Amino acid sequence: MTGGALLQLAGLTVSFGGVVALSELDLKVQEGQVFSLIGPNGAGKTTVFNVVTGVYQPSSGSVSLGGKRLNGVKRYQITRLGVARTFQNLRLFQNMSVAENVMVAADAHHRSSVAGAVLGLPRQRHEEHDGRATTTDLLGLVGLSSVAEEAAGNLSYGDQRRLEIARALATRPTLLLLDEPAAGMNPSEKRDLQDLVRVIARRGVTVLLIEHDMSVVMAISDRVAVLDFGRKIAEGPPAAVQRNPDVIAAYLGGGADAARGQ
Amino acid sequence: MNAPGSRRGLPAGLSARWVRLRLGAAERKARLPDVQGWAADAWRRAPRWGQWLARLAVVVLAVLAPANAIGQIMAPASDWKTILFYPIGVYVLLGVGLNVVVGQAGMLDLGYVAFFAIGAYTMAVLGIDAHLNFWIILPGGIVLAAISGLILGAPTLRLRGDYLAIVTLGFGEIIQITATNVSFTGGPQGMAGIPHPPSIDHIGFLSYGVLDPRPYYYLVLALIIVVIVVARRLERSRVGRAWAAIREDEDAAELMGVPTFRFKLWAFVIGASIAGAAGVLFSAKTIAITPDDFPLLLSILVLSAVVLGGAGNLPGVVVGAFVVAWLPERFRGLANYRVLIFGLTLIVMMIFRPDGLFPARRRRSSLRAGRTAASAPVAAVNLTEAETEAP
Repeated sequence: MTGGALLQLAGLTVSFGGVVALSELDLKVQEGQVFSLIGPNGAGKTTVFNVVTGVYQPSSGSVSLGGKRLNGVKRYQITRLGVARTFQNLRLFQNMSVAENVMVAADAHHRSSVAGAVLGLPRQRHEEHDGRATTTDLLGLVGLSSVAEEAAGNLSYGDQRRLEIARALATRPTLLLLDEPAAGMNPSEKRDLQDLVRVIARRGVTVLLIEHDMSVVMAISDRVAVLDFGRKIAEGPPAAVQRNPDVIAAYLGGGADAARGQ
Repeated sequence: MNAPGSRRGLPAGLSARWVRLRLGAAERKARLPDVQGWAADAWRRAPRWGQWLARLAVVVLAVLAPANAIGQIMAPASDWKTILFYPIGVYVLLGVGLNVVVGQAGMLDLGYVAFFAIGAYTMAVLGIDAHLNFWIILPGGIVLAAISGLILGAPTLRLRGDYLAIVTLGFGEIIQITATNVSFTGGPQGMAGIPHPPSIDHIGFLSYGVLDPRPYYYLVLALIIVVIVVARRLERSRVGRAWAAIREDEDAAELMGVPTFRFKLWAFVIGASIAGAAGVLFSAKTIAITPDDFPLLLSILVLSAVVLGGAGNLPGVVVGAFVVAWLPERFRGLANYRVLIFGLTLIVMMIFRPDGLFPARRRRSSLRAGRTAASAPVAAVNLTEAETEAP
């Protein structure tokens, strides 16, 4: 475990009023890994994403990306530093075209603003060109080139999931957070998704994945961490985690059910 | 006999007829050719020179608009050339400006008239007291309106939807009340003797006098063209995309790297500058202004022009502003009923074309966005709810 930790969470605690969503969480995601975060509903997985992307401020503890502290940094700047995410309950710009959705994200690194647009300055034209190139490339990667001009809201569910991934990639992330990308996909779409995640990882993007579908998790993860009630109860290679008695108990309910109240 | 929903005392046939009317309308709508879609397709397919030719035709039409023959048809009961400048020209300019704020960035601004007033009073005060030239005051008025937009926007643009609407509504009132109560604006009597723009003699359309309104019309037309070009360029750039993303989902936009606050402020400032320019122009033509020239109603009318035309769609907004300004003048003969007719038209519009005459392809109107945004202080929480919804 030397060097190479791209994302590091240290002693991370998040609480809302009296509810503790995450407690003393330590997590290290190595560069180049596909790292999965699993656990029962309400375990705090999406909260991890929300803290890393700056939606929530932690009550204590720290988040750092490549040694740079992320808490306290503005959300759009966290994106520029190389963190991108998708949303579990799709949050595309529904009435914008598929291509525009990706271009907005590609603009994350562009600097031309009002003056550039009104006067048509060279930098603005260069950046527009760059944005279009990125968009063409990414729509090709996720297989949405043929519907580039369609309104995002008109796409099928699976296509919308893939557009979310393309949009996130357009911000040129070093760390990509995927929140249940396989939800609602059929088996063949799930296989395509696994391939897509592998291609993304091969492009040098570290992937942190939340997923309920164990076949997907086991197939593509290098490492898996299990959360339950805001605590990490296990971490390791997929096969080892799968055999861990604590994990089995958390999933099948070993007395924890009563506490959870359902 | 009282079915739920049927109003007591009304003949039963009325509601049935109403239903039939609605059904008929829906049927007609279904059968109606999609003129707008067809036009949009034709426009996309047309060669470059064809598009320029069409644009040129519109400009030529606008230049020829003050002709008497057109006036006979368009406004037999009023002075067509005068109303071409105000309300029509000024409303179009204000509509295009407000469209940046409401249509593109999706922020509901109910006090837009404030910036118009600031431009108008800048012209009045600097023209009368400082004897400055119109062409010097024009950029001054624009800058002053922009600064007011910045001052109002910086602390308030963290608010969303209804909250922003209320603050801007208040700002509109504050400006009008201030103009009524301070001395340098002449109080409730306003200011008179505002100078016209300097004339260039012997050139008809550049002689700014009292009698002929046409030079002012051409001035406002020139400004409208400039503003439309600017708005179009913005719309098709990073700025316009950022505005659209903010309108669609502000939180997601921020997480995709859009500095939302900065772009919202830009939209506000650009909108304010355009209203400021319109104000300077209005004031330079009108000679005398009073605080009553800047009522809340004007903000509402311009907003309805934007919504009527189709928020976010520039040609639609221009047509919308034209209709809102022209309709009451056209039916001036009907005296007091004209506002009624105008109101009815708006209601019918909202029933049959709720997204405006020419809805933008990015369709969601800012009003609707405002409504969803009303629950937005908890929007961030939605990101967590996701977790409990997991299958």
